[in-house]
Amino acid sequence: MLAALRCVIYRDLLLAVRRSSDVLTVLLFFVIVVSLFPLGVGPDPALLRTIAPGVIWVAALLASMLALNRMFASDHADGTLEQMLLGATPLGMTVAAKILAHWVISGLPLVLISPVLALQFDFPREFLWTLTLSLAFGTPVLSLIGAIGAALTLGLRGAGALLSLLVLPLYVPVLIIGAGAADAAVSGLGGQAQLLLLGALLVFAGAFAPWAAAVALRISTE
Amino acid sequence: MRGERKLFGALNFTLRSGELLRIAGANGSGKTSLLRIACGLLEPTRGEVRWGGKDIRRLQEEFWRQLVYVGHANSIKDDLTATENLHVACTLAGVPRQAAQIGEALRRLGLAGCENLPARVLSQGQRRRVALARLALSKGAPLWILDEPFAALDAAAVEHVQDLIAEQLSRGAAVILTTHLEARITAAAALRIDLEAT
Repeated sequence: MLAALRCVIYRDLLLAVRRSSDVLTVLLFFVIVVSLFPLGVGPDPALLRTIAPGVIWVAALLASMLALNRMFASDHADGTLEQMLLGATPLGMTVAAKILAHWVISGLPLVLISPVLALQFDFPREFLWTLTLSLAFGTPVLSLIGAIGAALTLGLRGAGALLSLLVLPLYVPVLIIGAGAADAAVSGLGGQAQLLLLGALLVFAGAFAPWAAAVALRISTE
Repeated sequence: MRGERKLFGALNFTLRSGELLRIAGANGSGKTSLLRIACGLLEPTRGEVRWGGKDIRRLQEEFWRQLVYVGHANSIKDDLTATENLHVACTLAGVPRQAAQIGEALRRLGLAGCENLPARVLSQGQRRRVALARLALSKGAPLWILDEPFAALDAAAVEHVQDLIAEQLSRGAAVILTTHLEARITAAAALRIDLEAT
């Protein structure tokens, strides 16, 4: 079973490498949105420092939503999803492997580049790790929740709009807690409480979302 | 196995090992739906499908491990090579195969030299051959379900696939397929369901 999961992750990463434009689109979108804000709101350092966590988090949320559509769509179109549904591995595990691969492709690059972007906002260096850590805990939650939405809207017309409507309300708590972590750290309260909450969300979503997405996939492929 | 759906009803059949079941019917008569019900991709409105006397909805992975399904879609990724595609397909099915075995299966279907080409550059018929090369790698599976296996294939490839099916039947496995061609497959026992007649 582990061999099958490794194989799914390897396959998705290999596909991402062979079709790197998809990965770059998400990363580029994130970088552009975040970089435009200092140009738009003006060069006041105090203001930029205040909005930095919010801007970076909103951009990361939108970027990860941009990548959601593709999570199952291409597998559905060429029939490989059917083979996963009929595979020897429990579907929930296969879906978990796919979500992990999806996060490595679309979420991890955002986490890694976020400290560099935060410097544009003159974000205090000693709190950079809080911001990065909040994204490292938060973006997998976004991928996990998004997977349920992507599975439910698979093959529907207007899936993109429906998917946004479906997952956005579920993304809001993650956004509030995630952006709050860096804010709290800067204001001297310490961001540990928010980081722990994000960690709890990650564990909770990691345990349940793949199974929910698996059930949704079975329904939407019927 | 039993199945019932709006497209067809009161359908009741049993398939024993070594038997070939051919499902015939016009376009839209529900051949693919019947196959999808038989593999458990589609839930029958009424009725049930049993494998070894047990409902496949209960068996789930236990049933799927013994099943090879080649559907309408080829289940091939354009950006992967033929070998990589088969490697992934076999690993997902729970029977990992070595590159040498995969190469042999591809050669058997007349794809020598295409092993390391991305599926994108292969023709429709060649992709179908890659999809069907899975059969040559799944000799241990007691049930094959094939949806239009001969579509897009040339005469030589049709021969190869018919040979593969005949060999599998002689090994005691059951095969269900839909086809428009009058397939010449030597089978100890052949059943035929005509969906228009039901």
